[in-house]
Amino acid sequence: MTNTTRQDTRAGQHRRDESCSPARPPRWRLVPPGGPPTEHASPLRRVRTALAVAAGRLATGASRRLRLGSGGIIGGRVALALQPDLLDELVAGKHVVVVTGTNGKTTTTHMVAEALRAGGRSVSNATGANMLDGHVAALMGDLGADRAALEVDELHLAQVTERFAPTAILLLNLSRDQLDRVGEIRTVEASLRAALSRVPRTRVVANADDPNIVSAAADHPEVTWVSGGCRWKHDALNCPRCGAFLHREDTDWHCACGLRRPHPDWTVATTELIGPDGLREQLSLPLPGQVNRVNAAFAVAAASALGTPVRQAVDRVRALRQAHGRYERVLLAGHSVRLLLAKNPASWLEMLDLVAENERPLVLVVNSREADGYDVSWLWDIDFERLAGRTVVVAGERALDLAVRLRYAEVPCEVASTGVSQALRWAASHGRNDEPVEVIANYTAFRDLFSKRQRP
Amino acid sequence: MTESTVRIALVVPDLLGTYGDRGNALVLAQRLRWRGYAAEIVTVLSSEATLPETCEIYLLGGGEDVAQQAAVDFLSRGDGLHRAVASGAVVLGVCGGLQVLGTAFTTGDGRTRAGLGLVDITTEPGGRRAIGELSTRGELAGVGTLTGFENHLGRSRLGEHTRPLGTVLHGTGNGPDGTEGAVSGRVVCTYLHGPALARNPELADVLLSWAVGERLSPLPEFPELTELRERRLRVRS
Ligand SMILES: [Zn+2]
Repeated sequence: MTNTTRQDTRAGQHRRDESCSPARPPRWRLVPPGGPPTEHASPLRRVRTALAVAAGRLATGASRRLRLGSGGIIGGRVALALQPDLLDELVAGKHVVVVTGTNGKTTTTHMVAEALRAGGRSVSNATGANMLDGHVAALMGDLGADRAALEVDELHLAQVTERFAPTAILLLNLSRDQLDRVGEIRTVEASLRAALSRVPRTRVVANADDPNIVSAAADHPEVTWVSGGCRWKHDALNCPRCGAFLHREDTDWHCACGLRRPHPDWTVATTELIGPDGLREQLSLPLPGQVNRVNAAFAVAAASALGTPVRQAVDRVRALRQAHGRYERVLLAGHSVRLLLAKNPASWLEMLDLVAENERPLVLVVNSREADGYDVSWLWDIDFERLAGRTVVVAGERALDLAVRLRYAEVPCEVASTGVSQALRWAASHGRNDEPVEVIANYTAFRDLFSKRQRP
Repeated sequence: MTESTVRIALVVPDLLGTYGDRGNALVLAQRLRWRGYAAEIVTVLSSEATLPETCEIYLLGGGEDVAQQAAVDFLSRGDGLHRAVASGAVVLGVCGGLQVLGTAFTTGDGRTRAGLGLVDITTEPGGRRAIGELSTRGELAGVGTLTGFENHLGRSRLGEHTRPLGTVLHGTGNGPDGTEGAVSGRVVCTYLHGPALARNPELADVLLSWAVGERLSPLPEFPELTELRERRLRVRS
């Protein structure tokens, strides 16, 4: 089927929505899930698709047997090589929820997939494989699933909406991240805005407290706004559109140019989720921190927009204990640890908040491979001063950069020059026996540790 | 030892502070405190009316195009920076800060505008972004090899009588002529971006000795910093 057919199907639904009162400012409302769009695939095309899927699955299986990894990406790549239009075929007739933003994509995608399962079979790429091949691999995983939650790299949302219109797009947040690779925030914001302009019928669920996200989504006609506060403010002081300093009062903000914080439809207030029409749900989660309550609010808002009853969505999200290793308590080299991922200043801030709740020894691991960004200047954006008095050991390819940063923060640290095992041994010997060591690692460092984990 | 506090102005970090540029203020303040001086970091956001002229050191970091223009607007509202420079203040402009302090710069969208004119240097967009490790031979007395990271589209040309901060050993720097940065009186500019002083304690101490007006006592060597510098200077990518 083609994009045009799908858009036509949605257009009918859109007109129904607008009939209420066009003069009113757009506000949240429940969008009834439209029926699956009709298919018009030719028999030849179907055969080609089936062949591509079969070959992709073979490759996935082979890769797993050879222990080359989870096999998802290679399977997707093989299938795409045989059928370049495969993604269009696989999303046909499915409700697809796309999740993007700087932080929290993987965890939120897990939550969305889980919430959607309340209404039927769903697939997701919640392994962090967030490019086209990862999407194809996830969708091939269960051809019978009629729902999918897909994590998308923030710079690749434009490629997605060029190919198809997702049922919903979640815009979590936007902050400085790998500036040598991803580019500056303005560029990413402009790219998100362009991506959304192509899919006017898609339900957008966006962060009302993040001026960069508001700028990207404000012109879209179908936005549900979520509010959970904005912990990292250094990328949110000035207007993304005109550069002027934003006027702030409490949680509210606005700019002279007209950009302002929209009224939220969903709000996370301490441990409660407040939804439209006075709806209230307890939001105490096994996953820690305000950051995960906000992720959960996004997932519930998205599932609700697809017709899942809120209570069911909340119950399912509440059952999640980890998301692809994040926050998970595991055994590493014989030591009990809690694994935390922090990729950029905003997520480091969140993780330092989490570890501030205890006094366990800390292992900080920083690499600078391509996927991390080669530049580690961002270490100076993080308030490591708050670790004063804490037992800290640093490891990873950029352990020395971190050690210099900590020296200036007057936080004494050990440098584990032979690697993370040494760091863990040292940290464990300085902690209490029954307590896990806290490990905060950036992207590739986390990935390597995650692959070596044993369950306790 | 002096009785007075050395005031270090972090100039509009909301606009020029994308790459950990705040680190330079932390490094300078700490190196003063370790020597027994009192130091204070004065953060001047673009919401302030104007820039105070009473600080000893002014730090300008890097920012995106829109932010860089807004920073020039802010700094042109008063003449605080010019007055401070005239009375001997030290200024460090990093990356976008270099372009803002210069005579003119053209941003990625092709628009040219006047900078503050504190250093005779003009900037135009290059063909591609210069991204990677940058090392130079320092041209300032007391400053040996400089090491850092660069990430900029602009290519800068020094005015006839303006000295570079360094000569490029590895990386791009100002552009084709092999120079890096600029020095004009006590105004120093560089493409060693973000927390440039963290990896270059000699440059930090030269700026500090200008600010306090006397020779500084040496600090003990930090082995992790010495090793970090050695390792980064070996990186050739
Ligand atoms: Zn504005």
